[in-house]
Amino acid sequence: MSAQSPTLFSAVLKRPDAARRPWVATKAVRAVRRLGVGKPDPLGWLLGPALLLLVWTLGSMSGLIDARILPAPWATVSTAADLIHEGRLQANLAISAWRAAQGLAFGVVAGVLVALASGLSLWGGYVFDGLVQVKRAIPVLALIPLIVLWFGIGETMKVTVIAISVFIPIYLNTHAALRGIETRYVELAETLGLSRWTFVRQVVLPGALPGFLLGLRFAVMAAWLALVVVEQLNATSGIGYMINLARTYAQSDVIVVGLVVYALLGLTSDLAVRQVETRALAWRRTFGR
Amino acid sequence: MNAPFTPPAPESLACEPVVRVRRLSRRFTLKGVLDGVDLEIRRGEFVALLGRSGCGKSTLLRALARLDHEAEGDGEIVVPERRSVVFQDARLLPWKRVLDNVILGLSGPDAEARGVRALLEVELLGREASWPYELSGGEQQRVALARSLVREPELLLADEPFGALDALTRIRMHALLKRLSEAHRPAVLLVTHDVDEAIELAHRVVVLEQGRVAADIAVELPPDGPERSVRFAALRRQLLGRLGVAEREAAPTLISSGDPP
Repeated sequence: MSAQSPTLFSAVLKRPDAARRPWVATKAVRAVRRLGVGKPDPLGWLLGPALLLLVWTLGSMSGLIDARILPAPWATVSTAADLIHEGRLQANLAISAWRAAQGLAFGVVAGVLVALASGLSLWGGYVFDGLVQVKRAIPVLALIPLIVLWFGIGETMKVTVIAISVFIPIYLNTHAALRGIETRYVELAETLGLSRWTFVRQVVLPGALPGFLLGLRFAVMAAWLALVVVEQLNATSGIGYMINLARTYAQSDVIVVGLVVYALLGLTSDLAVRQVETRALAWRRTFGR
Repeated sequence: MNAPFTPPAPESLACEPVVRVRRLSRRFTLKGVLDGVDLEIRRGEFVALLGRSGCGKSTLLRALARLDHEAEGDGEIVVPERRSVVFQDARLLPWKRVLDNVILGLSGPDAEARGVRALLEVELLGREASWPYELSGGEQQRVALARSLVREPELLLADEPFGALDALTRIRMHALLKRLSEAHRPAVLLVTHDVDEAIELAHRVVVLEQGRVAADIAVELPPDGPERSVRFAALRRQLLGRLGVAEREAAPTLISSGDPP
């Protein structure tokens, strides 16, 4: 007993001292755990691709990746330099981009016109919407044999396939946005005595713009996808042709260059559409702030 | 706002009513039923329509706004051609700047000038080029008020326009609406469930109950003084009773707080 008493005594002495320490408060503050992921860095998405590049480089340097399976990054870069020097990359890229642009233009115009016809009138909707839903159920790729039969294997066929792929997302998103105009805005327009044309121009079209732009983003992606498919079929020019030819000669470095070009095309065009979005939708709190 | 309150002398108001509703009935499958409503509002007259939720007050307002395309029912409605509606939400088009919202659908070379004048009246001069999301709730509702007034309506229909605003903003909006309606003298129908708001603003309070007009009470209060507080409290008690609320259940207000029990 007597041996324990000094310890007890010192504990009693220490207690008030400990209570005065701020650790109690600190613990209480820390008790609120942050559950959200926090604010992302705008360049954070680059980490994944950078890691992939790192693994690729290390694998090639150490010999773990066979150059016949996947050429080293530096080999790919020098192949790209050669292709540019010979002028093959630019020539094929220009042809591919022209095809995609034509298909995109036709598809967007057709998609918007049909969406307007079917979104702004009941009868237009009865006529067109069912048709588009039926078409939507058939994959574009399944239509290719028929399109080849009609248009041959030339440029018309390629642009048509791309245009059809673009048409669908443009139509679906624009139509949904036109029909989705809130009833309260329709009521407002009625109480203000707007004419039908003013209502469409001032209320419906600007209100449907976000939906159209979302459709445009899908459409751009769809255009590149369709381009890849049609360029693997009977093409004699374009990035897809370049890749196909390289496969015949087992030039994996050229194939990789082609794939990187596809990736860059997809990313830059998506970025461009998002720039347009930010400017056109300045009235939306969520954009560009 | 120290503009003196002028109680309406019914004879001084222009004789012909601008709004006339006779035996109006409306039936809906779900809610909002009118069962033989009679109502007249004269030029410059401010009428508050009180009632519990589901009594049909919004249905009546929508009928007067001619917004009930699909309603079944009969009766007679005479409303002026120039009428405008202020909704509970400001209902500004988010893709139009403030001035363009105010003059939406107006044509003519002076439309912009009129819009700017209307913004001046609601004390929002200088915000013409703002986007609606940049404004507070009260400011948005003032833009909606400007959008209504710029059309010089003969009938102003307001469906709980201050319901979504905080108490302090609401007091300022009351003063503004009172001043503007006295300046422009439209016939006003204000739908509300706030008894104090109704007494504060209206010349007449109409209580709607199960689709019928249950009471039609003129508000004749002296501009200020203890007499006003007493009469205000009495009217408040009367209206709350009509609505089936005992006064001790209702929240005390600044205006009646000094009243004798």
